[in-house]
Amino acid sequence: MKLMINGKETELNVSEDMPILWAIRDVAGMTGTKFGCGMAQCGACTVHLDGQAIRSCVTPVSAAVGKKITTIEAMQEDKVGQAVQAAWQQIDVVQCGYCQSGQIMSATSLLKQNPKPSDADIDAAMSGNICRCGTYQRIRTAIHEAAAKLA
Amino acid sequence: MNDMINLSRRSFIKSTALVAGGLVVAFSIPQAKRFMGVANAAEAMPLPAPNAFLRIGADDSITVMLAHSEMGQGVWTTLPMLIADELDADWNTIKVEHAPAAPAYIHTAYGIQITGGSSTTWSEFDRYRQAGALTRALLMQAAAKQWNVPVAGLRTENGAVINGSQKLRYGQLVETASQLPTPASVTLKKPEEWKFIGKATKRLDSAEKINGTAKFGQDVQFDGLKIAMVARAPVFGTKLKSVADGDTLKVPGVIKVVKVPTGVAVIAEHYWAAKQGREALKLEWDLAGHDKPDSAALLKQYQALAQQPGVQAAKAGDIASSKQAKQTVTAEYVLPYLSHAPMEPLNCAVKISEQGCDIWTGTQMQTTDQASAAKILSLKPEQVKIHTQFLGGGFGRRANPRADFVSEAVEVAKAAGLPVKTVWSREDDVKGGFYRPMFVHRATVSLDKQGKPLAWQHTLVGQSIIKGTPFEGVMIKDGIDATSVEGVADSPYVKGTANHLVQLHSVQSDVPVLWWRSVGHSHSGFAMESLIDELAHASKQDPLAYRRQLLKDHPRHLAALNLAADKAGWGKPLAKGVFRGIAVHESFGSYVAQVAEVSVKEGEVKVHRVVVAIDCGLAVNPDGVKAQMESSVAYALGAALSSEISFKDGQVVQSNFHDYQVLRMKDMPKVDVHIVASTEKMGGVGEPGVPPLAPAVANAVFAATGKRIRRLPIGDQLA
Repeated sequence: MKLMINGKETELNVSEDMPILWAIRDVAGMTGTKFGCGMAQCGACTVHLDGQAIRSCVTPVSAAVGKKITTIEAMQEDKVGQAVQAAWQQIDVVQCGYCQSGQIMSATSLLKQNPKPSDADIDAAMSGNICRCGTYQRIRTAIHEAAAKLA
Repeated sequence: MNDMINLSRRSFIKSTALVAGGLVVAFSIPQAKRFMGVANAAEAMPLPAPNAFLRIGADDSITVMLAHSEMGQGVWTTLPMLIADELDADWNTIKVEHAPAAPAYIHTAYGIQITGGSSTTWSEFDRYRQAGALTRALLMQAAAKQWNVPVAGLRTENGAVINGSQKLRYGQLVETASQLPTPASVTLKKPEEWKFIGKATKRLDSAEKINGTAKFGQDVQFDGLKIAMVARAPVFGTKLKSVADGDTLKVPGVIKVVKVPTGVAVIAEHYWAAKQGREALKLEWDLAGHDKPDSAALLKQYQALAQQPGVQAAKAGDIASSKQAKQTVTAEYVLPYLSHAPMEPLNCAVKISEQGCDIWTGTQMQTTDQASAAKILSLKPEQVKIHTQFLGGGFGRRANPRADFVSEAVEVAKAAGLPVKTVWSREDDVKGGFYRPMFVHRATVSLDKQGKPLAWQHTLVGQSIIKGTPFEGVMIKDGIDATSVEGVADSPYVKGTANHLVQLHSVQSDVPVLWWRSVGHSHSGFAMESLIDELAHASKQDPLAYRRQLLKDHPRHLAALNLAADKAGWGKPLAKGVFRGIAVHESFGSYVAQVAEVSVKEGEVKVHRVVVAIDCGLAVNPDGVKAQMESSVAYALGAALSSEISFKDGQVVQSNFHDYQVLRMKDMPKVDVHIVASTEKMGGVGEPGVPPLAPAVANAVFAATGKRIRRLPIGDQLA
């Protein structure tokens, strides 16, 4: 099966029903995207499919054929992704860090659709991403910071 | 402070040696202060090579070896700060690695290699500074030799030794330094000389954790490594009766099915095949006649026990002698089983070879993992190499004296005859046990006319975390598991009451229990600080004033309490519909007070802000302390509002984040953290922010609604 991952056409020997998460992690060997729950409850596996944030743990690879998958590994080449990552470092958001790939993918998607989100917008866009270290306050600050830098 | 540490007298330095292009400073540690008593295996082990706390490369890099695991709490940054200050290091050249499992890295107080008890920073404060100071002394001697000048005229700055206008970078001195004798003593810097300690410092693990390159146990991959999932007993303690794996073996990608002591393991090329293969297993478990826990029945049993005499944990005077009591308050508090639910589901990669065994995982307790793996494989502990990866959260779940997930993974690799990474699903994690034990507290307190407690009877009911572990011999005394009664038996309120009796019922059960962030304080903090609030209201006193009176001889409690109250504007008006609650609790050597601002609308609790004050002694990285307080508020608030593990017909009801609910962004309050300027003894910061949160919120709910929360989670109790 041919998948377009971070701008590269990648041939993977996987069944159609395999979730994108396991195709990227266990078959393509890209481990930046994380497994947290397997049922779209925690957001750790968030990637972009044609620019939209999706939960890759429940989205089969068949849904990605002919579309572009973008993962955390490509955020350094993305203008909004860069701003989000810079804000994350400036605010020192991370703790254990396991959920942060997903948080950054969700935040980047939010800022692409809504360059100046309110706190309520952030609640709505980010409440699907769990952080057990509870970095939510800093994530909120960092999203506002990235929005300001991009404005 | 004794700045001069005589290293030779304490036989602290074992050797220095040149290895792999760097200067290695190696230590052996004093064996005296062990209390966990499981270090016998470790004692027998020879020192590994290289055995070191830091390594300087010819390229000027300074690699700090962590004796503790980074699980979010920030030791990846704090321990290097200790070394950097004494070494006058260039912060930009610092690299960090997890140390292997080895005697050199045994906890200075606990006697095994462990990250827990909120102890890393205080327990390493001397050792890591000494490592930095010793290395600096060696580098200065090396520079003196190279320049042929006396050491006395030299100074160090930003990774170099300086002599007037001459400069030698540390990397240029490594070879000379490695041939020099070990200094007999080093002088540690005075606090006013610190450049890093006490200053807010950004995390060193930030970049790799935001670009996806940080390696967690889950991310370990190498050629030949297969994935396993284990089908485990649906009721704790039951055994497998039969398995049929015909359909499993037909799943593309499934390699084999093996039996292990905990169940049946499906080995596959990737997670997806392992998961599908496991779903296709036909399993029968021997459930007949087996104890099947049920939450409603457990509650009844615990409540009945709470009214019976238990094993005595603390006693003074006579609780029956409070004749002049004006009134008596009796209250019962109920707390559920809780899952740690770290974001990274449990996992462990194991490769067994002729020489021994390599284990890659995120663990908080290397010594017991190593010992357990060695036992399973009939190896010596030093033949088991533990490669600690970043932990995607720990909260106590990855510090298991029974080494559950590591032992199982070793059994799987052994049975499969292949290198295997055993991966737990979220459902496996939620249903897999090792919970914070369910607890019931029942207390009867009689008060005098002024509201001062005259007699305090307090009975706790819950499972022991320590019983049946290697720590039992030292941590259970006279039938009392210290972790069951901490926060009650040693409470200043209880000890300050002339007549008191604290008793414990340790319930036997097959449900595996474990320390959950703040351990016994996670339930005792709620019971004690809710009860104190009830006593304040019963005696018609302001909850803050009442606490101040009872804690008047406890300056560190008071300092935290007063700072939190002051910063929260206690007594000043709030927005309409918003009410305050307060709590203060000591745990792990730190004193934390919190004021929660809460509104209740249509039965829904909304926490708007939490003001936190902490006295942890010296705050090595103040921003790290703040981060841990924010984290503790979030972790504890999720549990207070909605987390619960319950049992029906022997099985765990919850399975994933839809029914084991934790805090999400929309429910995160604003958290304002204030650190008490303190020169008192250092305490921990990873856990002490947890205990006061639930009572502060529940006390605010009482202020808002007049309804007293005596059972967690709050859930729909206000609907």
